[in-house]
Amino acid sequence: MKPAPFVYHRPATLEEAFDLLERYGPEGRILAGGQSLLPALNMRLATPAAVIDINRLPGLGAIRLAPEGLVIGALARQDAVERSPVMAQSAPLIAQAMPHVGHLATRTRGTFGGSLAQADPAAELPACVVALQATMRVARRAGTQEIPAAQFFRGIYTTALAPGEILIEVAVPPIAPGWRSVFDELARRHGDYALVGLAAHCRVSDGAVADARLVFTGVGLAPVRASRTEAVVSGRRLDPGVLAEAGRALEGDLDPPADVHASTALRRHLARALLTRVLTRLVGN
Amino acid sequence: MDTSLEISLTVNGVPVRRRVEPRLSLVDFLRYELELTGSHVGCEHGVCGACTVRVDGELVRGCLMLAVQADGCRVETIEGVAGTGEIFDLQQAFAEENALQCGACTPGLLLTAQEILRRNPRVDEAEIRRGLSGNYCRCTGYHAIVQAIRKAGAGRAGGTR
Repeated sequence: MKPAPFVYHRPATLEEAFDLLERYGPEGRILAGGQSLLPALNMRLATPAAVIDINRLPGLGAIRLAPEGLVIGALARQDAVERSPVMAQSAPLIAQAMPHVGHLATRTRGTFGGSLAQADPAAELPACVVALQATMRVARRAGTQEIPAAQFFRGIYTTALAPGEILIEVAVPPIAPGWRSVFDELARRHGDYALVGLAAHCRVSDGAVADARLVFTGVGLAPVRASRTEAVVSGRRLDPGVLAEAGRALEGDLDPPADVHASTALRRHLARALLTRVLTRLVGN
Repeated sequence: MDTSLEISLTVNGVPVRRRVEPRLSLVDFLRYELELTGSHVGCEHGVCGACTVRVDGELVRGCLMLAVQADGCRVETIEGVAGTGEIFDLQQAFAEENALQCGACTPGLLLTAQEILRRNPRVDEAEIRRGLSGNYCRCTGYHAIVQAIRKAGAGRAGGTR
């Protein structure tokens, strides 16, 4: 057995989960899909006193259309999200990103909310929910609060979730007419964390980008919105000159870290290549 | 402090009841407690795919699930799935195409291949390779494995299964 010993709890209700989170404080870890926590336990990077398994909390795995948009339960398995027929229509950005999240046998366990609450700086889904301006619904004993996705991701493995809080669902607003989505990423092998990923959600009008939301992953501490680049492409037709200008603006938007997988210079280069690829696909048919 | 818990589940159709420590992974439970050593242990952090099993019909990593989490579940290992004849055509295709050498990855690959074909027997090569991206083989170079899966898929799509 590789993990350090811990006590295991499987709350049946949110109330019980709050009790346990209160009881153990920082020594308690929530176990959702476990596809990030279990490796951390196996490597003893995480040694919590208690593991609080929320997998059997009722009602948190649904994917449903509501007046406020598409609501995805935090415990919806990534594989279920990927295969959900409503996803392609109501959140095509997420539908495109999903096959890049881990592998077949990790998506069957990994949860939508778990990937967001984990906030890995190279993960795909945080960038998607920021680009879609989704709302994160967070439960605590006092009630539920809503946090805009753009304010949810604070840094490496760090979110706006306070002690005692649990992400329960995510609401993706309806896609307005004219808006298109493209997700793509560059990784050394399929299923690896992206060296660079781009979630693009833009209004395209008459072959030009009218409004742009460009959110990168893998190039910062959290999802990075490329606002200078957005300003360059907004309201313009994407000829080679505009794409080159956008690539130069991107230099100012990104300050990617270097690690064992890629240098800063390589990540910048890949980000520019990916930007061109994604924008071209976005305005094309 | 005794933190162990009693779990009951079915493994390859057989009801099982055991006391386990919470930190015991599902794959270690299967191997050490039940002596089902067909599921292999490679990286133990979800990268290599050697420990792949099925839980309630879904393909999962045996190293990324705790045995206590399988309480009440239906677990299937390579021993069970091969025993029912469900993947006989895949096993045969793997042998014919030389899709295995040392065999460390083979149980995980067979279960993954079965899931790929279950979802779509007419799967193309690119889809097969995407589906296999979570299973490492250090012997074959994958080409023979892809061939074997295509061969079995063609047999099923043609209705010969």
